[in-house]
Amino acid sequence: MTATSAAIGSRRIISSRTGYRRRQIVNTVMLSLTGLLTALALVPLFWIVGYVIYRGGPSLSVDFFTQLPRPLGVAGGGVLHAIEGTVILTVLSGIFAIPPGVLAAFYVAGHPNTPLGVVVRFGTDVLAGVPSIVVGLFGYALVVKAQGHYSALAGGIGLAILMLPTIIRTTEEMLKLVPHTLREGSLALGAPEWITSLSVTLQAAGNGILTGFLLGLARASGETAPLLFTALGNERFDLARMVQGGLRAGQSLPATLWNVIEQPVDSLPLTMWKYAQQPYPERINQSWAVALVLMAFVLLVNIVVRIWSQANTARMQGG
Amino acid sequence: MTLTMTSAAPAAPTALPQLVTVARRADGTSVEAVPSQQKMVVDCVTVHYGKFRALADVSLTVAPNRITALIGPSGCGKSTLLRSLNRMNDLTPNARVDGEIRLDGENIYGPSTDVVDVRRRVGMVFQRPNPFPKSIYDNVAYGPRLYGVTRKAELDEMVETSLRRSALWDEVKDKLAQSGLALSGGQQQRLCIARALAVEPEVILMDEPASALDPVATLKIEELMQELKAEYTIVIVTHNMQQAARVSDYTGMMMMRPDRSGEMVEFAATPVIFTRPKDRRTEDYVTGRFG
Repeated sequence: MTATSAAIGSRRIISSRTGYRRRQIVNTVMLSLTGLLTALALVPLFWIVGYVIYRGGPSLSVDFFTQLPRPLGVAGGGVLHAIEGTVILTVLSGIFAIPPGVLAAFYVAGHPNTPLGVVVRFGTDVLAGVPSIVVGLFGYALVVKAQGHYSALAGGIGLAILMLPTIIRTTEEMLKLVPHTLREGSLALGAPEWITSLSVTLQAAGNGILTGFLLGLARASGETAPLLFTALGNERFDLARMVQGGLRAGQSLPATLWNVIEQPVDSLPLTMWKYAQQPYPERINQSWAVALVLMAFVLLVNIVVRIWSQANTARMQGG
Repeated sequence: MTLTMTSAAPAAPTALPQLVTVARRADGTSVEAVPSQQKMVVDCVTVHYGKFRALADVSLTVAPNRITALIGPSGCGKSTLLRSLNRMNDLTPNARVDGEIRLDGENIYGPSTDVVDVRRRVGMVFQRPNPFPKSIYDNVAYGPRLYGVTRKAELDEMVETSLRRSALWDEVKDKLAQSGLALSGGQQQRLCIARALAVEPEVILMDEPASALDPVATLKIEELMQELKAEYTIVIVTHNMQQAARVSDYTGMMMMRPDRSGEMVEFAATPVIFTRPKDRRTEDYVTGRFG
């Protein structure tokens, strides 16, 4: 017996067996509880995925992706118009959101404590919390009212506003991760600040920025609410005919493309929403299939981004 | 290391008789006790960060084609002094430099100075190797491209010359397209030296260039410095006193005053600093009696 325990008393009060049994039981209970709740949290995910595949899978076919909608009662037909519309809206929103988003992030990351930096950051947070339907209404007031009609352009601007906070925030985080010494290396060679930002910082943070952009894109491409007021939806949208017709009539390519984005367009979530409201079983089934395509698209973007950015990181780290 | 102070007779009988005091190293080589030529002159320089005085009234002479070492305990302003020499301190908010730093007689803090040109002529190598996340080739070509070199043949030549000078060419000539980050730590540091050499600087500042490297890589960097000295002027900050003693010709011993500003305690030829320092604090520091 050591001197210390002898000083307390001859009997040891605390031994390694004290409460061992109790600790064991508590541990088992808590571990099981966390496991169970984790499984429970995953149930909705698998349920949704499973059910959407179950309901939407049978309606999928090649035609579904390559054909325009047919009148009710006529078999076949697809949602090519909505796929084209989604692509157009996505590209437009990217064009509108990326340049200002990335530049704003550069400013905020470089000048975090200036009044403008604080305002931009606060504004970004507020914008991220604005309900998407309100953003749609804003797009309506800003573009649709001014133009006098609904259009893909208005939809693209609406989605861009939704993506902006995601892009600014992710880009800023990525820029902050770039070590200061890297910038110094460039500045010490005599490079001005803006060249350093463009050719060193942007490259070092490029992966993260692209990831943020694609995730923002995936999210925006699933939005319905802002499109209701802006892109509206257009079941007669026929990209191929518009482009061919325009070019045949002797229009320049830019003019033709401008015509395209001047039209109202459909998108996948918009189509899903409209079809699901119709009292016809074939439309309902197609709505499920659209849901499946949309889900698969978002999942695909996520997976591709992950694989690509991991491969790229490994390459730049020399792995 | 032994030291003899001798008054060397003029080498050629035709030369004007003059007294040149030299400090002799243990290996028999010698260096002028007081440099007779000046590449850079630091003249009563004081540096403030906001209200904090980081450097107080420092003066020294950087001799051309010599290695000048700055030693001293942490926080004594060595890095601040080094970063004033190519105006990297400009990047620190609220930094203010008083006094003059002259490069070939011209004040680099003068009103008409082109900072970009100062940084091109006075290159810098950092404590941690910081290659850009680009290919080895693009790392070295970064500087020349910055200054408008676009022709492939010229770039190729500059990349090869710089990599040869930094003793890295043989190791990387077959993988120039690989990422600079794929190299080992020592190779990365030599890549950073090559990157600095590519803009054809006159002075190279090194901020503890070997402190993140293992002994073998450190030795390589030290050997490299000896080779570079023939064409460049080098100023190095180091925590490692053996390194300062091994590689440098002149040594500046710096310390922190009670008000936490850095001062130059003693500046002399390296053999003098390490064997016959005038200042008691220098002696305590180089002999390891310093707390």
